[in-house]
Amino acid sequence: MAAPVHKGATSPLVRARASGRHAVRGAGLARREATWGLIFIAPAMLLFAAFSLYPVLWTLGISLTYYSIAVAPKWAALDNYRVLLRDPLFWKALRNTVVFVVGTVPAHIVLGLGLALLLNLPLRGRALLRSSYYLPGVVSAVAASLIWLSIYNPQAGLLNDVLGWFHLPPQLWLQDPDQAMPAIMALSVWQGLGGAMLIFLAGLQGIPQLYYDAAAIDGANGWARFRHITWPLLFPTTFFVLVTSCIGAFQVFQQPWIMTQGGPLNRTLTLVMSIYLNGFQYGRMGYASALAVVLFVVILGFSLVNLRLFNRDVEY
Amino acid sequence: MAALTLPALRRRRLVWALPATLAYLALLLGAVVALAPFLWMLLASFKPITEFAQYPNDLLPHVWRWGNYADAMQSFPFAADFLHSLIMSVSQTVATVIVSALAGYSFARLRFPFRRACFIFVLATMMIPFQITMVPLFIIVRAAPLAGGNDLFGHGGTGWLNTYAGLVAPWIASGFGIFLCRQFFQTLPKELEDAARLDGAGEAGIFWRVFLPLAGPVLAVLGIFTFQGAWNSFVWPLIVTTNNKVQPLQLGLAAFNQEYGSRFDLLMAGTVVASVPLIVGFLAAQRYFVRGIALTGLR
Repeated sequence: MAAPVHKGATSPLVRARASGRHAVRGAGLARREATWGLIFIAPAMLLFAAFSLYPVLWTLGISLTYYSIAVAPKWAALDNYRVLLRDPLFWKALRNTVVFVVGTVPAHIVLGLGLALLLNLPLRGRALLRSSYYLPGVVSAVAASLIWLSIYNPQAGLLNDVLGWFHLPPQLWLQDPDQAMPAIMALSVWQGLGGAMLIFLAGLQGIPQLYYDAAAIDGANGWARFRHITWPLLFPTTFFVLVTSCIGAFQVFQQPWIMTQGGPLNRTLTLVMSIYLNGFQYGRMGYASALAVVLFVVILGFSLVNLRLFNRDVEY
Repeated sequence: MAALTLPALRRRRLVWALPATLAYLALLLGAVVALAPFLWMLLASFKPITEFAQYPNDLLPHVWRWGNYADAMQSFPFAADFLHSLIMSVSQTVATVIVSALAGYSFARLRFPFRRACFIFVLATMMIPFQITMVPLFIIVRAAPLAGGNDLFGHGGTGWLNTYAGLVAPWIASGFGIFLCRQFFQTLPKELEDAARLDGAGEAGIFWRVFLPLAGPVLAVLGIFTFQGAWNSFVWPLIVTTNNKVQPLQLGLAAFNQEYGSRFDLLMAGTVVASVPLIVGFLAAQRYFVRGIALTGLR
């Protein structure tokens, strides 16, 4: 578990550098700088080594064992993975998670970009509107889940009241196997939209006004300006939102955990919920780690697909 | 622009008036949808429980029952959990800001061996979701040497389970924080440190007396995001707390919901109190939020 920290002040590399490019500043100064540079990053690197690098490697290791916290680990080779592939609950959790990702990420992008475009215009009360859209992202997932739990409640909740105003029949929402996951997705979009909007706004503000002025002289209309200036120049931002929202969405756990505990009929069981349940409630830490490795591979695969499909260099 | 005559401009304005109005109405409607759940929470927190049983129920409480708040705080160790959340969030914020400022400064302005490799390692830590490592992370924290009855090799006791150290330690080093600080320190002119060096200041002195005082705004951004993340954290506290010795508020709320899921009056009152610090903090420090996201494109 060697942390990549070296007392490198006297290493050949430093001496070579000191005597070469930075000879003017003197070897003593360069050495002092290197020493302090390492001292300054040491706390961060040691913490990362202990709480990031080590556990990542260990996840892989544990996934090859039978392990519960009470009993010493026993070598299992690929058994956990074999069991996993035949576990209907795993496939259900994977399916639910992918449904959640595919349902929420495009909503974040389309609605977030739309909001950012509108709220980038010089409108009256723009700052207030921006804050309103971001506010749901400020409170915790627990608070958001509890608020929506009461809103979705078939008897006491707000939503069936609203349906009643329009003479529509009340729904079961979270208690209905077909409505539960979409209901949780709606809550997630409500909470995550403001963040996506702010990132898009920052991206929009990074596009030089010059391009729009030039386009206006050429007589380009609103759509043409969006199509040929905003969209291509905003692409790195869009790609960033796409990849980070995908990674975030794959980790969905708290909302279904609080609102439905994975039900009804396991329709809101997610991969992270499976990891938690197996690792910390069923005492199957080896199996939970195998699930974690699979989740990581799925996320990595999704990110690579995104990279292949959507990432291209912007040409001016 | 000069080519446009006045009538042409007027026609343009007419053509744009309708879509602009529609867009504005859509924005307002969306804002209402975004804020309605908060309003609902606030109103529900004042309703007597009997009013939830009526269908359809009215939005406004018939009787405003302030007692819901007192009842909510007595129905679970609310004040204690609030304090736990505060201690956990403040200590994590302070530690993260210090560690990130040091490392970010070093990556931005000091030359040392393996700097590039170390920085790539820092970026890589941001790619790995914690959910993937939560099982071994739990084992590591439980095996903290010489803590919670453990021996030197981490056996025999409960380690850092149910301690603030266990809640906070894994999250002190933050890839986001280091990246944010590095981006900031890179923007400062080189003359600053050259002048200080000429005056004979040491590296630690240059950091402490020259650069750190300039980093106030960026450290405020980092502090706000860290506090928010810590205050809202749920999954890790769920794993490392097995009793309510240091249980944070989010867990207390969730546990209360599991026990008394139908007491919407108390649940909403509790949720209001748990959310107010963040909402007030956000409204007070909005520009830092926006700047932080603009600086890094990250949250």
